[in-house]
Amino acid sequence: MMKLLAALVALAALAFVPAFAGPYPLGLGIGILGYGVLATAWAMFSGPTRYISLATVAFFGLGAYTVAVLADVLPYPLVLLVAALVGLVVALIVGLATLRLAGIYFVIFTFGLTELVRQLVTYYEVNVTRTLGRYVFLPIGPEHIYWQLLALLAATLAIAFWVSRSRIGLALRVIGDDPDVASHLGVRITRTKLTLFSISCVIMTLAGAIQAPRWTYIEPSIVFNPTTSFLVVIMALLGGPNRLFGPLLGAIPLFLLFEWLSANFPNHYSIILGLLFIAIVFVLPNGVLAAGDSLWSRLTRKAVRP
Amino acid sequence: MLLSAILTGLVLGGTYALVAMGLTLQYGVARIMNLAYGDVIIAASFGAFVLFTALGINPLLGMLVVIPAGFVLSWLIYAVMLQPLARRSRDRGRLEGDSILATFGLLFVIQGVALVIFGAGFQSYSFLAVPVDILGTTIAANRLLAFVLAVVFGLGLWLMLTRTRFGTVIRAVAANPASAPLVGINVDSAARFAFALGGALAAAGGVVVSMYLTFSATMGVIFTMKALIVVIMGGVGNLMGALAAGLILGLVETLVASFIDPGLTLAATYLIFLAVLVIRPQGLFGKAAR
Amino acid sequence: MTTLRRRTVLQGMGVSALATALAGLPVLAQDRTAIRIGYAVPKTGANAAGAGISTIPNYLLWVDDVNKAGGLELSKLGVTLPLEVVEYDDRSTTEELVRAIERLATQDNVDFILPSWGTGPNLASGPTFDRFGYPQLAATAVTDMAPDLVQRWKHSFWMLGGGHDYANALVALLVKQREAGAINNKVAIASVADGFGIDLSKAATPAFTEAGFELVYDKTYPLGTSDFAPIINEVSGLGVDTFVAFSYPPDTFALTQQAVVANFSPKVFYLGVGTAFPIYPNVAGPNHDGVMGVGGIDPDSEALAAYFERHTALNGQAPDSWASAITYASLEILQQAIERVGDLDREAVANEISTGEFDTVIGKVKLVDNQLRALWTVGQWQGGKFVGLAHTERDGARDPVVPKPAWVPAA
Repeated sequence: MMKLLAALVALAALAFVPAFAGPYPLGLGIGILGYGVLATAWAMFSGPTRYISLATVAFFGLGAYTVAVLADVLPYPLVLLVAALVGLVVALIVGLATLRLAGIYFVIFTFGLTELVRQLVTYYEVNVTRTLGRYVFLPIGPEHIYWQLLALLAATLAIAFWVSRSRIGLALRVIGDDPDVASHLGVRITRTKLTLFSISCVIMTLAGAIQAPRWTYIEPSIVFNPTTSFLVVIMALLGGPNRLFGPLLGAIPLFLLFEWLSANFPNHYSIILGLLFIAIVFVLPNGVLAAGDSLWSRLTRKAVRP
Repeated sequence: MLLSAILTGLVLGGTYALVAMGLTLQYGVARIMNLAYGDVIIAASFGAFVLFTALGINPLLGMLVVIPAGFVLSWLIYAVMLQPLARRSRDRGRLEGDSILATFGLLFVIQGVALVIFGAGFQSYSFLAVPVDILGTTIAANRLLAFVLAVVFGLGLWLMLTRTRFGTVIRAVAANPASAPLVGINVDSAARFAFALGGALAAAGGVVVSMYLTFSATMGVIFTMKALIVVIMGGVGNLMGALAAGLILGLVETLVASFIDPGLTLAATYLIFLAVLVIRPQGLFGKAAR
Repeated sequence: MTTLRRRTVLQGMGVSALATALAGLPVLAQDRTAIRIGYAVPKTGANAAGAGISTIPNYLLWVDDVNKAGGLELSKLGVTLPLEVVEYDDRSTTEELVRAIERLATQDNVDFILPSWGTGPNLASGPTFDRFGYPQLAATAVTDMAPDLVQRWKHSFWMLGGGHDYANALVALLVKQREAGAINNKVAIASVADGFGIDLSKAATPAFTEAGFELVYDKTYPLGTSDFAPIINEVSGLGVDTFVAFSYPPDTFALTQQAVVANFSPKVFYLGVGTAFPIYPNVAGPNHDGVMGVGGIDPDSEALAAYFERHTALNGQAPDSWASAITYASLEILQQAIERVGDLDREAVANEISTGEFDTVIGKVKLVDNQLRALWTVGQWQGGKFVGLAHTERDGARDPVVPKPAWVPAA
């Protein structure tokens, strides 16, 4: 209960950031919130099931594109709703298609899927609308984007919290541990996986939709950039995908690290970043996932006892 | 027209297969999901480029330098960086996570070094860009070379793996690293050797590809992803699978470009890839997943 | 070449370290020691190669030129100050670029911000430049939207024309060749499915049709295509005298190599971005001669020749013959506007850029409605130079060579 209260206070405090922060800190805030939402949403599904998805940017990009296409036609809240629906439909299709896949096959499938979505969007734009770039001229300033992302992050954390406490979360962890056992226990694997996957993907779609007005100009190579998917995985793995705040705690330092490196070492950014990554893997001697794993084993023990 | 498209497609597929074979060895045997694989390819391309433009060494001879260099470099990378990770993590999931993070870092290091030395611009030279006539279809000799090397390496390694004692060791490690030591197999050295061999194959691919593709320091990830698609579609650790998947993707791309619309080539290759996995979740030639 | 590059890299490091150290300190006019110039450019990622050719070397050269000359004179403040650079890597992503500009404008408090590379990044950063009142000299953006954009963002300047400029000029040039009987009526177009390729093909398709050309092939191919054998094989059987590809750099080179291998040597061989790159003659060997492409330079200009020499000496590579000189000219415009205004009032400088006439490496320049309208639109490799065949305002520097020399097969 205290934790909930603390979270609410923190949230309220964060909502006031735009009132005194300059444009650059606000930009940082938007970036952190954006990745925080993506990483938390990613971990919601991929943490307990251990299915590493690289499709993050497919949903992110679909959200941004929905806004670009519909911004002039529909009122903004309706646009967001449509974006969420698009994300949901695609998530269901993808979820059903990937049911039988596991391990690395799932990873690369989701990557291929992202590229397919990007290719199809490109082909449609080129041959049907005869234009590739789209403009989003919406009267939505950075502070509005910040607030929307903050609200989305709060909702995401709340859902993640609810999932970890509910039957569905438990079922998901059993699936991640051993799908056979899960099915013997009567867990409806398909429905459980699909539900969580869809929730997670809808959140990613919304994250893309909310951030679209910040760029003005949108084209497939901008919004379907596969680097985003990789970064989200790395952030979540680093912070521990099985803890509620883990992905967020991975996203914040990594995001600031990227920012600091690219500002101070613009010409050696790659090398330093790479060495740091390698160092991180070695400095955490039991593996980056260890923290999450130990918690995970504690959770299962607790869960199995009653 | 159809015959010409098929030949062109097979030759393109040869490039894909050649580029993917090393990765299937690295992932299948050493169990390292090597995200820096494409950057090793690019590094080899730069190597061939420097040997050719600065020293005038023919890239075919250059291979005699670059391929062993790729082997040694990968051997060292495995010994220094990855072996400790493999040793400390006995379950596969953890090694996968660790190796993704570590090779993600390695990717940036190799790319960063290339950026500092060569800058970000495009590099290109032309070698063996001579037409070869095959059944009335004109094909560039350098692309044909990639196809031939893919087939030779594919068959050669396949024979080695299935016909020699050493190959059996490698396959045993690939199949079951936990019980291989029980029959007196040194898993560490077998995995290290497989990883280095994969690096040598990547280097060979890099040299050949540099003869006809424009490359830049930041393009490694494109090769990594293409290779991963081929490896997964063929079935992890299966050389024949990689060869078949590479050729299929090349064929699909060329047939779609010739008979449907060049704008849909990449969409079609990804569609085929996804379709294969939906029907056979373990890839074309793969055993059961995981 | 390597040592030179390393030197510039080290210089850059030193400058940026210094800049970071200074960041945040309030700078008063009287204790100014330098004019602060900021930019965020792609040093890594997909756009790094393009920026490494057209943008970054020109920024380095301009700073070097100005500082060697003692700096910029600010008459109203009574000082001559050197340039000091704050640079960031935008990692080829829009999100990073927007934030870096916010940082340059509000944290580093730089006096002027130079734009990133490419059409998309320039369009995407437009609102941010506008919000903080910085003039945006978009020297590497090709967009037909420019007349609308200058209304929306008053301090934006668009220097590289729009798709229609290039497409119409090409069609007009080809109409003349057809009337002279040099080429037949058939044209094949292949365009990369990305902003640039689509913009040009959208303009070119109707222009060719209206001019009475028969478009026997008009397709797009996705970004990242590596093998052009299917396209070249198909086109070579169609009896075209004119092959047009609105392509991007890796494709531009691959298309050339494939056309040579397939011995498809049309009378007019036109390619997109990359044709004007200094590396093109290395890639194509003797076959670069006679290839047409987007851009071009005046081969008789002494100012330009001197610029090529300085650029090569500093960067270890020659500039490209399209956007490079324009990028450098945009910096000269900024420099002269600052000196005429006599202080660092961005509003006044933007007005001067908008209304003044400037003396640059591409000649006398006066912007029309905040756009550079004096542009080389079609170029051709002739005698080792990518000479301009068509210009929006004057006659071409050289006449086109049609048919181009037949391919020389590789040894």
